Amino acid sequence: MTDIDSRIDEDLDRRDSAPGEETITEHEPAGGLTGYLLGFGLAILLTIASFLAAQTDLIYQPAVISALVVLAIAQMGVHLVFFLHLTTGSDNTNNVLALAFGVLIVALVVLGSIWIMGHLNQNMAPMSAHQAEMMP
Amino acid sequence: MLGKLDWSAIPFDQPIPLGAALIVFLAAAAVLGWITVKGYWPYLWHEWITSVDHKRIGVMYIVLAMLMLLRGFVDAIMMRTQQVLAIHGPGYLPPEHYDQIFSAHGTIMIFFAAMPFVIGLMNFVVPLQLGIRDVAFPTLNSVSFWLTATGALLVNISLVVGEFARTGWLPYAPLSETTYSPGVGVDYYLWSIQISGVGTLLTGVNLVTTILKMRAPGMGYLRMPMFCWTSLASNLLIVAAFPILTATLAMLTLDRYLGFHFFTNEAGGNQMMFVNLIWAWGHPEVYILVLPAFGLYSEIFSTFSSKPLFGYRSMVAATLFICVVSFMVWLHHFFTMGAGADVNAAFGIATSVIAVGTGVKVYNWLFTMYGGRVRFDTPMLWALGFVTTFTIGGMTGVLLAVPPADFMLHNSLFLVAHFHNVIISGVLFGAFAGFTYWFPKAFGFRLHEGWGKAAFWFTLAGYMLVFVPLYIVGLLGMTRRLQHIDMDMWAPYLVVAAFGILVMIVGAACQITQLVVSIRRRDELRDETGDPWDGRSLEWSTSSPPPVFNYARLPQVENEEPYWTIKQRALEEQSPDDEESYEPIEMPRNSPTGFVTAFFSTLVGFALIWHIWWLAIVGFIGAYATFVVFAWRDHGDYEIPADEVARIDGDRKAAQLAWLRRRERVA
Repeated sequence: MTDIDSRIDEDLDRRDSAPGEETITEHEPAGGLTGYLLGFGLAILLTIASFLAAQTDLIYQPAVISALVVLAIAQMGVHLVFFLHLTTGSDNTNNVLALAFGVLIVALVVLGSIWIMGHLNQNMAPMSAHQAEMMP
Repeated sequence: MLGKLDWSAIPFDQPIPLGAALIVFLAAAAVLGWITVKGYWPYLWHEWITSVDHKRIGVMYIVLAMLMLLRGFVDAIMMRTQQVLAIHGPGYLPPEHYDQIFSAHGTIMIFFAAMPFVIGLMNFVVPLQLGIRDVAFPTLNSVSFWLTATGALLVNISLVVGEFARTGWLPYAPLSETTYSPGVGVDYYLWSIQISGVGTLLTGVNLVTTILKMRAPGMGYLRMPMFCWTSLASNLLIVAAFPILTATLAMLTLDRYLGFHFFTNEAGGNQMMFVNLIWAWGHPEVYILVLPAFGLYSEIFSTFSSKPLFGYRSMVAATLFICVVSFMVWLHHFFTMGAGADVNAAFGIATSVIAVGTGVKVYNWLFTMYGGRVRFDTPMLWALGFVTTFTIGGMTGVLLAVPPADFMLHNSLFLVAHFHNVIISGVLFGAFAGFTYWFPKAFGFRLHEGWGKAAFWFTLAGYMLVFVPLYIVGLLGMTRRLQHIDMDMWAPYLVVAAFGILVMIVGAACQITQLVVSIRRRDELRDETGDPWDGRSLEWSTSSPPPVFNYARLPQVENEEPYWTIKQRALEEQSPDDEESYEPIEMPRNSPTGFVTAFFSTLVGFALIWHIWWLAIVGFIGAYATFVVFAWRDHGDYEIPADEVARIDGDRKAAQLAWLRRRERVA
């Protein structure tokens, strides 16, 4: 690229950089080797916590599912911050928006599908328990 | 050795497909022979097949789309004539052939005519309008195109080797499962759509990146031309929706090839999940096609009304509103599948609400024309034809969005008439409008106006003559996809519809004549200045056809209509621009990667359809090796020296200066 081009690119990039292009500074919590090690540690901790929640009696039994969901979301957060370097900085606007759009679409399709598929027997005549057992 | 493939795959006993295949084969052989005799192969290989120039790739997309449009149109002609000839009779198409025809018509028109046309226009125009030199990933762009061509090739091979799906353009399970479709038809569908789907997804990534990251200096988001905005929305939808299609078809493939039970009747499969998932892609797909058309209509209304676009910001808002809400309406394609009133009402309301976004656009277009100096050139005619007929189609759509009404009209010809009404005026008219509008930019001469206008009027009249009777006959209870008809009451309407398609044939013939006549008279239709329509956005500031690097210097953008500003300033100062210094420009080197990848993908697709496993492995290794070779390339760029840039740009300046002098003398 010529000098002019790269100068223009810098102008454009100050506000929105592509993944992998943004400068990861040591000042961020997610920066450098420490950041990766910290992320790795947190990810391991959350994984162990999930197994503990599922396989021991530490947590009130009916709440295990909710605990696993919370731990899974935390795990995603750790990955996003420490490995995908998602920050709230102004150079990350595109990445945050892309993530938000993706989450919105996935939520719409998954929740919509669950709602629709769970509703498909609405217009059927009510069934006795015996009939329900005979269903294929 | 050859899997399921043997001589019985070729339909020697069926004269129609065999004859059609023979004609196609002879035509292709004639074209290839002509190229060989004339010695055009080196030119084609270096300038087109291996080209990574977004303009060339865009043109190739549109050529592919036009060929497939003709193929799909022939299918349409066969369906309309069959329904007339099959009143109280067998007609000339046996049921298993007729079923393939309507499946192929839908598949080809959506995936291989409409999509490549729209993507081709975006490919050609978006970088020019953004004032940049190419898309973000030029070689990937070439890969995308050639993968789409692979898909189209596989669909057309099915004409003569084996059969095509008999399931409709969306292969609803369980009909598409091996129990009910044991042949290779559905496999042809699956692999051609999967391979071209990869190409489409890559295009989506490519253009989103281009629009978000590579605009000319000064072009903030709210200074982008409307076509770039709608392209951005459309490509965001591609990136979000096409993975759903890929996953759904992959599950059907697993059912068919490895005995899985995602969508089967037995063993816990749920065929209704297929319908649900395919439409979760299918509805956004509608907007993927029509949003770019909305954008180019906006450009055309503004250019030919000699006015800035009315309500630019509301247009942007409406586009993004449609982009998101298009993911909230998919159930309206299967209101009758059994969901209760809560679900149906919610999706019915969402469907009516999405029409508001389009309504905003329609009013903006009308107000753009209001008070403007309207010129009725061919692109404007297509745009006016669109805005009137699309409104009718939109209103029948709102009617169908009411679940109780949909229970009556579901699967009827009323529905068929509705979606053709919106897709023909929305996408097809848009494609023709964009084609006529940007043709001078691509080739340096305008299309012949007289033949263009004839094509418009015949197509419009034919299209109304076909689909108004279908609306009525749908209300009379005729369902879609009927191979023979026993109701006398429907006969007159079907005859009028068949007459309508005759008028559309005349329209298509005018379209082809227009192209031939324009090429022969190109010298008198020459566009010297690069601005044949008195345009307002950046693509008109460069020469026609643009140099390989588009712009010698990246333009500085100060407002929404950068070229209009440049032009007014040039008129005041009586000189184009006085900058004399040029820098060398680096451009991406051409690469056969796309073509070679597509060649191996064709092998993979064909081998998987016919269960020729060794060939599939060979093709996959070949495609992967091509990727590795590309990844290890030493230099991807070449440099155009500064004085070469100066020489090319000098020609443009001279032409524009001559135009200024002419304007001065007239004034």
